[in-house]
Amino acid sequence: MTRRLIAGTALALMAAGPVLAQEGISITTYGGAFGEALNESLAKPFAAETGIPAMMVDNSDPPAKLKAEVEAGNVTGNIFDVEQSDVIRLCDEGLIETIDPAILAAGADGSTPEDDYLPQALHECATAIMVWATVIAYDVGAFDTAPTKAVDFFDLENFPGKRGIIKRPKYALEFALLGDGVAPDEVYDVLSTPEGVDRAFAKLDEIKDQVVWWEAGAQAPQLLADGEVAMTLAYNGRIFDAMVGEGKDFGFVWDGANLDMDYWVIPKGAPNMEAAQKFIAFASDPQRQADLSKYIAYGPPRKSAAPSVGTYKDGTTEMAPYLPTTPENAAGALVNDAGFWADHGTELTERFNAWLAG
Amino acid sequence: MQNALDPHAAIVTEASGGAATLLTTADGQPLARALARSSARARRRAFLLVAPLLLFVVVTFVIPIGQMLHRSMYNAGFADNMPQVSAWFQENPAGTPIDEAAWGALAADLQLAAGNRTIGIVGTRINYDVPGTRSLFTSTGRKARDGFPPPYRDSLIEADAKWDNPTLWRAMRSASSAYTANFYLSSLDRTRDDDGKITTVPERQQVYVMLFKRTLWLSLAITGMTFLLGFPIAHLLATLPMRKSNLLMILVLLPFWTSLLVRTTAWMVLLQQQGVLNDIFVWLGVVGPDGRLQMIYNRTGTIIAMTHILLPFMILPLYSVMRTINPSYVRAARSLGATSWTAFRRVYFPQTLPGLGAGALLVFILAVGYYITPALVGGSTGQLISNMIAMHMTETLNWSMAAALAALLLGGVLVLYWVYDRLVGIDNLKLG
Repeated sequence: MTRRLIAGTALALMAAGPVLAQEGISITTYGGAFGEALNESLAKPFAAETGIPAMMVDNSDPPAKLKAEVEAGNVTGNIFDVEQSDVIRLCDEGLIETIDPAILAAGADGSTPEDDYLPQALHECATAIMVWATVIAYDVGAFDTAPTKAVDFFDLENFPGKRGIIKRPKYALEFALLGDGVAPDEVYDVLSTPEGVDRAFAKLDEIKDQVVWWEAGAQAPQLLADGEVAMTLAYNGRIFDAMVGEGKDFGFVWDGANLDMDYWVIPKGAPNMEAAQKFIAFASDPQRQADLSKYIAYGPPRKSAAPSVGTYKDGTTEMAPYLPTTPENAAGALVNDAGFWADHGTELTERFNAWLAG
Repeated sequence: MQNALDPHAAIVTEASGGAATLLTTADGQPLARALARSSARARRRAFLLVAPLLLFVVVTFVIPIGQMLHRSMYNAGFADNMPQVSAWFQENPAGTPIDEAAWGALAADLQLAAGNRTIGIVGTRINYDVPGTRSLFTSTGRKARDGFPPPYRDSLIEADAKWDNPTLWRAMRSASSAYTANFYLSSLDRTRDDDGKITTVPERQQVYVMLFKRTLWLSLAITGMTFLLGFPIAHLLATLPMRKSNLLMILVLLPFWTSLLVRTTAWMVLLQQQGVLNDIFVWLGVVGPDGRLQMIYNRTGTIIAMTHILLPFMILPLYSVMRTINPSYVRAARSLGATSWTAFRRVYFPQTLPGLGAGALLVFILAVGYYITPALVGGSTGQLISNMIAMHMTETLNWSMAAALAALLLGGVLVLYWVYDRLVGIDNLKLG
């Protein structure tokens, strides 16, 4: 019923909206600052270079729109921006096309895409657009010596003050293990065992009475700015905006950062497949990925693109120190595993909430 | 006796002239039929007038709630996409050893589901009951595209040893029928053990019953708080001269017209440890600089913010009832020797009950379903069951679980409504 309603709405919108030129492509994103950045750094240059018009479409929920279009058998969008967990689900349900890595551009150093993209950035059905991070941010004025490691977050003696942590097990549990000295590439192996889960909760227990839990991304910089917490987990883009946009004196600890990605996908049965693939190949170019950072504090998903990152659109701020993908920042980071959370999300969320309340 | 000139008498004579002749209208139709027809027409017109509302209620309220209730006990993710092994479960009662036919059916279904790309749906369904198995289905599915060679048991276990797990097979048997009570069991922190008996989940996983209790307790506390704060204000509103009471009314309504998020954020600014209130306390010397009170991101914060937000829902019905209470009753009571307390308790207060009942019911039902305020100011101890429902809707995407929790909440509210009806009487409700 709902599905039919959504499909009906999509159809009505399509009939009412401007009819896309046959050879053009439409790119559906979550919109906002990120959509604007993609338009400036990718869509406009693509249209200028290939002569294929590229139209940006804002949607509050691109995977839901994609699903409705494919199931109604009337696909109008050519390219969609979705998150990692959606990639896994959409691909398993056969709603998106597979993407051959052979069409992607080679790395800036000549490496193959398979070697050059970060782990999990290339998927059978998708390629990563950009990388963002859940990372430690701290109030520079709160400490005599600046924290540098994830373990410092749990060290209340040398770094006193309240801590902010996101109120969901994803990010919080991985971070607890990193703070307990687990190597980034072993975190999900440890977390797959009951003992590993106990260990993560035991670590969080150490600071539980000093934690302020936040839920919305905007809360983390606010808590820091108000002095409610001295150190917090936060989304790097939000902290960047507070630092560069509002001039707050915050600092990052990149050790223990949790990297997440958005991906390009092509809906099953999308029209104008050739142009869509051309766009994906175009967007895989390392220099263009680096260009995105001019507009927003997200990093390129290819290692060889990191050196090409320049300044922010204000012309003075060097972006490299603010990006999760800059090699020195990424050294102690782990890449979020959406597959793990698809398997264990419900169970761990229940346990996390029981633990919080207890 | 009869006066030939009296027109009434003529009518009476005519009407009683013959019991067999029917009364007719001017155009000769029987009066009863004409009356029935015209009142039917009036009813039709009245129905047409309410039809848009009726349609609106059915489409936006009855159907979605019906769908939700259905979803809470119906999930065909496994049964629809794994037909052969589901059929095997139907034919063989629980306790039958898993034979080669069952393994063969499973292998064929996995290949089918992988080909149709529905394997993710199947895995997600089983993952609700046996955490960690979604990837077992999808990874085996990738190997199953070309089919498995017999003997099927050996080739499946070779693909992944986790298939040889009685708990998994029991979960698949339970999922092979689309109708299930498992989501309700989970909502009450219950599960089935290996023999199929209902047991409680391990203590560290128990969260829902505790949250239901907390939701009930907090909602009652908030209802009580709104009563304590709202009753004097409503009384003042009803008794002050018009100009002053209008000003006071604006003070009550102004926050009511302000965005919920703005009001919640305002409480953060006031109550947080580095916030306005704590600054004043420290300045006054009530607390030391290190002893700043934690008044938000916990249960206290949830109660304060929600009481403020729900206060108008208590004040407005109380006010509308109090305004109609005749002050001469209390005066009469006083003149007959009642103390002011007795006059209030025995004369004034009972007359406000219809408004109090309506306000309490409104506040309580709204509080039970509140979601955004506890999420923002509740911290770890101020969460309500609605936060779990939202979490299952948007994060774990287990809509059946969200539906079961919501259905239990709905059931609980209906029971309380019924109790209220028995105690106070719904007819005694005055909403404004």
